Amino acid sequence: MSAAATLDAAKIGPHARVPVLDVRDLSVEFRTRSGLVRALEQVSLAVHRGECVGVVGESGSGKSVTAYAVMRLLDAAGRVTAGDVRFSGIDLLAASDADIADLRGREMSMIFQNPRAALNPIRPVGRQIADVLIRHGGVTRDQAPDRAVQLLAEVGIPDPRRRAHAYPFELSGGMCQRIGIALALACRPALLIADEPTTGLDVTTQAVIMDLVTTLARERGMATVLITHDLGLATEYCDRIVVMHAGHVVESAPTAEIFATPRHPYTAKLIAATPRPGVPLSGLVSIPGNLPDLRATNLAPCRFLARCDRAHADCAVPPLLRQEEEGRMVACRHPL
Amino acid sequence: MLGVTVRRLAAALPTLVGVVIVTFLLTRALPGDPAAYFAGPAATQQAIAEIRAKLGLDQPLPVQFLDYVQDLLRGDLGLSITTGQPVLHELTTRLPASAELTLLGLLFAGSVGITLGVLAALKQNSWLDNLCRVVATLGVSLPTFFTGLLLIYVFYYLLGWAPAPLGRLDAFASPPPHVTGFYLIDSLLAGDLETFRSALAQIVLPAITLGIFAVAPIARITRGSMLAVMGSDFIRAARGHGLSGRTVVVAYALRNALLPVVTTLGMVFSFLLGANVLVEKVFAWPGIGSYAVEALIASDYAPVQGFVMTMGVLYVLLNLMIDLLYQVIDPRVRLEA
Ligand SMILES: Nc1ncnc2c1ncn2[C@@H]1O[C@H](COP(=O)(O)OP(=O)(O)OP(=O)(O)O)[C@@H](O)[C@H]1O
Ligand SMILES: [Mg+2]
Repeated sequence: MSAAATLDAAKIGPHARVPVLDVRDLSVEFRTRSGLVRALEQVSLAVHRGECVGVVGESGSGKSVTAYAVMRLLDAAGRVTAGDVRFSGIDLLAASDADIADLRGREMSMIFQNPRAALNPIRPVGRQIADVLIRHGGVTRDQAPDRAVQLLAEVGIPDPRRRAHAYPFELSGGMCQRIGIALALACRPALLIADEPTTGLDVTTQAVIMDLVTTLARERGMATVLITHDLGLATEYCDRIVVMHAGHVVESAPTAEIFATPRHPYTAKLIAATPRPGVPLSGLVSIPGNLPDLRATNLAPCRFLARCDRAHADCAVPPLLRQEEEGRMVACRHPL
Repeated sequence: MLGVTVRRLAAALPTLVGVVIVTFLLTRALPGDPAAYFAGPAATQQAIAEIRAKLGLDQPLPVQFLDYVQDLLRGDLGLSITTGQPVLHELTTRLPASAELTLLGLLFAGSVGITLGVLAALKQNSWLDNLCRVVATLGVSLPTFFTGLLLIYVFYYLLGWAPAPLGRLDAFASPPPHVTGFYLIDSLLAGDLETFRSALAQIVLPAITLGIFAVAPIARITRGSMLAVMGSDFIRAARGHGLSGRTVVVAYALRNALLPVVTTLGMVFSFLLGANVLVEKVFAWPGIGSYAVEALIASDYAPVQGFVMTMGVLYVLLNLMIDLLYQVIDPRVRLEA
């Protein structure tokens, strides 16, 4: 069966609860000069229609790699070694390159980290949007520029007709971010992966951009993965939160619960380090230590072990225990 | 664009002044006495002195230089002592032959080099990539005259595919009516396919000889810059938006990768201008390079000066063209200008 046919069956079929994105036990390795980097190990997450899931973790925890693996955009050095990725029931890891290219940008889209670098520096932004529109059909070459201008207007770019001719270097960071959103949403995808859509923006612009994304997502019933290192931002906009640390998902739970009763020591530390109402900035506690070196051959089963103040002797015994109950998961032998 | 052109030309003026001074000093420093050469072997000391006075060679250097500059400003490059013809006239009649050869050599080097570089980058570590590396090494290490002789030996002497390396046309063809001075273009304009074929057959080997040694740097730079671009965020993003492989490689990656290639084209072209002299000698090409060599051997100042001047002007014009081309490709430069 072709990818498109499977997709239609999944959309209208009786399995209304088939997640739009279902990632199970995904492992990714990078072969580098200095050794094998075990960037992801048994990462699982699911996103349903209309749902927004936040993926949170400090820099280097594997958030972007997860997104790239799902989109099949890993560097040549990266390889999926285990796991299963399904988009509306379609096995993305087994699909042909052509099928994947058809899905990308049309059914599943991504807003890339570092918006300016994700744009072609020497092509007018309107042209770049038109390229995507033309690629996925629906508009002719003549209609594409007008439709691109319309999309620019939708993401709140003033004077879109003139801005369509601008190059990325002529636009502010916030403008580039909006262009990235317009590109990702151009074909009204069923799944949006937004990788740090607001880093580097001032607080006001940040709020405007996030409202824009979530409004569009709600209107269209789009499933959204919001990748951020900012737990505060994720709590504000997401239904569920997945906490990542050093290539592991350490905890995942509905937003309210994870805040009320964090179960993984890392989640608790992350919350303690996040500014929130009623807590003075001086009351924030930073997380001690650094991420372990993912190239090490003797990585402990729990990659938080060296930083954890609750470590027990049995924490060093493999395998890493993942406890699941009532829609929550925690990867810890001695949860809070 | 026009403003930029004028500004760049103005910035090139000091270079041109330098070229004028250097050519003047260089030819005065060369061994050989043109007055003695001109007077002939049987001339008396007095006759030589008279000729020296007539040529102005007995004046102090600064005076000679002022004369030289005044002549230049009038468009007078002097007379060739050996042929008795005005140098300007001889250079302009011979320039199209050199220009046609050099441009075709550059076209060959550019198309082969860029293609090889792109393929090598897309199929990293494949046999194509290795071929690219071998060509790059060979092209740089073989001297131009050797490549020329080798090609003549193989394609003319052994295989008989190429005509005798004796100039721009074979003995039975006559030049097409002069429009651009480029035989390939003029013969087509005149609708004369026979002459076109003859001109093409004659120019292929020298153009390849000239270009082959520029293939290497172009291919290497294209490969490197293509690899860098293919690994950049915006290419990942372009693929992430579903753009087809061809759009990604050609419209997104290649255009960006060409920026550093265009910059090196200027350097490559000035190499080609220099290599021209040897190639013209090997293939009996009636261009300005072989003209300059003959004049140099005969201690004939004026043509050598004229040749170096022409090269200087060509170099300045070429760099201007590359600047403009760069601005067409890269909008970021346009803004700065
Ligand atoms: N091409 C690669 N080669 C080797 N290692 C890589 C490569 N790409 C990513 N990694 C490794 O994978 C790990 C996760 O990186 P990733 O970019 O997913 O982090 P992140 O969570 O997105 O961080 P950030 O918040 O800084 O974006 C890092 O340790 C990184 O070193
Ligand atoms: Mg990232």
